[in-house]
Amino acid sequence: MVNRQPIDAYAHDIDEEKQSSVSGGSAASTDKRYSALFSDYEDPNALRRLASRIKDHTLHHLDDYLEQAESSLKRNGCHVHFADTDDDARDAVLSILREREITRLTKSKSMASEEIHLNDHLIKNDIEVLESDLGEFIIQLDGDVPSHIVRPIIHKNRREIARTFQREGIADDYNDDPEAITRRARVHLREKYMEAEAVITGGNFISAESGRVVLVTNEGNSRFGMAPSRVHIALVGIEKLVPTDRDLAVFLNLLGRSATGQQLTVYTEFISGPKDDSQPSGPEEMHVVLMNNGRTDVLASNCREILRCIRCSACQNVCPVYRQASGHAYRSPYGGPVGAVLSPILFGDRFPELADLPKASSLCGACNEVCPVDIPLPDLLLRLRDKAKREHIPQPGDLPMAPFATLATSPAIWRTAMTMSKAMNHLPIEMAPVRPLQDWLGQRTLPEWRGGDFRKWLKKRQSD
Amino acid sequence: MSRDSILSKIRSALADVETKAEHPGFEDAAVVSRVRLGDGSPIAAFTRNFEAVHGRVMRHADPLVALLKEQGRTFGYCDPELMNPLGHALTAAGCTVETRYDRTRYDDYEFGITRATAAIAETGSLVLDDARTSDRLAALSPWIHVAVLREEEVHATLPEAIAGLGNSRNIIWVTGPSKTADVEGILIEGVHGPGEQIAFFLD
Repeated sequence: MVNRQPIDAYAHDIDEEKQSSVSGGSAASTDKRYSALFSDYEDPNALRRLASRIKDHTLHHLDDYLEQAESSLKRNGCHVHFADTDDDARDAVLSILREREITRLTKSKSMASEEIHLNDHLIKNDIEVLESDLGEFIIQLDGDVPSHIVRPIIHKNRREIARTFQREGIADDYNDDPEAITRRARVHLREKYMEAEAVITGGNFISAESGRVVLVTNEGNSRFGMAPSRVHIALVGIEKLVPTDRDLAVFLNLLGRSATGQQLTVYTEFISGPKDDSQPSGPEEMHVVLMNNGRTDVLASNCREILRCIRCSACQNVCPVYRQASGHAYRSPYGGPVGAVLSPILFGDRFPELADLPKASSLCGACNEVCPVDIPLPDLLLRLRDKAKREHIPQPGDLPMAPFATLATSPAIWRTAMTMSKAMNHLPIEMAPVRPLQDWLGQRTLPEWRGGDFRKWLKKRQSD
Repeated sequence: MSRDSILSKIRSALADVETKAEHPGFEDAAVVSRVRLGDGSPIAAFTRNFEAVHGRVMRHADPLVALLKEQGRTFGYCDPELMNPLGHALTAAGCTVETRYDRTRYDDYEFGITRATAAIAETGSLVLDDARTSDRLAALSPWIHVAVLREEEVHATLPEAIAGLGNSRNIIWVTGPSKTADVEGILIEGVHGPGEQIAFFLD
């Protein structure tokens, strides 16, 4: 048996059907992104660069903007909670609910909540939490975790979902027509929305100037969850700030197109407080939990550019490694190149365990080309490889350099080794002379070994 | 506790940043899609872009009545202030129209007619301002949502719509019917919200 890095092991063992769902689905999103951006703008790259500069400016002044956002939110009548750690964030949400004796809520898709395993925590504390995004709803029924930032069930097919619905009593019979699946979820979930006392959402952006929390969805689930609820809790990472409302024009134009090839996501909601007193529907209280959970560690690192990320998943869709390995291989809510950079630093205590992620890349650069905020992902992957090396984190397939140094500094031994290595073409990996070499070879498909031929060719050329 | 700790961590994380990035600033033109806006009027652009996301544009009660009858969806809600141009016409044509949204019957309403405050030509979006929507559930729970507005309320571009957000605590831009592609990437409309989104222009 070859020892593989964890991400390689996922890619190696992945079920063929699942791999083709992931690969086909992400390739389609990549194509849609390209046609939406390039047919609508003469120079989409100029827009990406503008977005990246606005994000850098915001991050460089994050303390000021955070204070400004806090006072804007308060002025609008929101309750503002700061959560430094994952524990703080879970406690903040739980105590808001407990103080109001709320035991039933719906939740719209939030990657921040995935980071802190919020659902598990609330359920353990006797609070009924129902995911309302269709994909997340199915994930919850299956006890699974999302494998994609925007399309959580990209790894599942209709048959699997139809079986889940039957098993969980969402439907009496098996029906794998995507329209029937969607209608069944519609009927089931709207009843739950109406019964819920609170709604938890994420937040795509917060304008520091106005305190508007911007939330985008295609299904309308956050809107529906919010309309009958009396309490709205938005859990938002501190890096989601933008300076002004006007800046939102840049990011909204990029987000939908980069994520799903839509000019705008269907529902773009600007929420700056509890409902107006004159209105019959909508939350009477709005709470915003501003969560750090490792973001300041990322800000302090030499990879702070990753905090520009707006979670569009374009880098994930385009990445050949993700397409082969699927999102679960990244062992965190964030898959693809953004996950390979973000997760090892955001979850810093897991760095040794996640240090294989930055290595699993050919550095082809496609992720950087599609990134709406121009994050230099390949550079950041290299910086993290360097960090792993400096911290001496051993990984399967690391080759000891001392024997190589002996080989490379002695021409006679080098010549012999090169010629003899031709035998490797026909040997099974298990016959490689040392274990690390076996692992190294097990993770690669090498071209046929032609060692020594160049020297012969050069000699012949000189004598001619 | 958390507040001060986060702020101090941010400050120390940024201590090594020698030159803090300036806000680059930008002109509206830098973010507007000229192609989407086209050369015609904002109304023409709105219609084109809204129809591209499967919205329908109407100006008279007749086609709306025809659609409701064709789909067999003739029970619905109408904002009392919109009864005069629209609700009464539907009643006259045999539809049942209520002017009070009864939350306990959220699933019975087959259509909902509410006020939109604006639209965006460039993106084909309707702007619903909560403070001027009689009940946001009425714009959400029925299969058909009819958003009523005037032509002069259409913003040309997205930056203009942002500048016009105003002070309302809740505004939503609606760009077509509710949709998903979660199951195998296949587009399905009418997930939680309306499966038919109509923009109705008053004379």
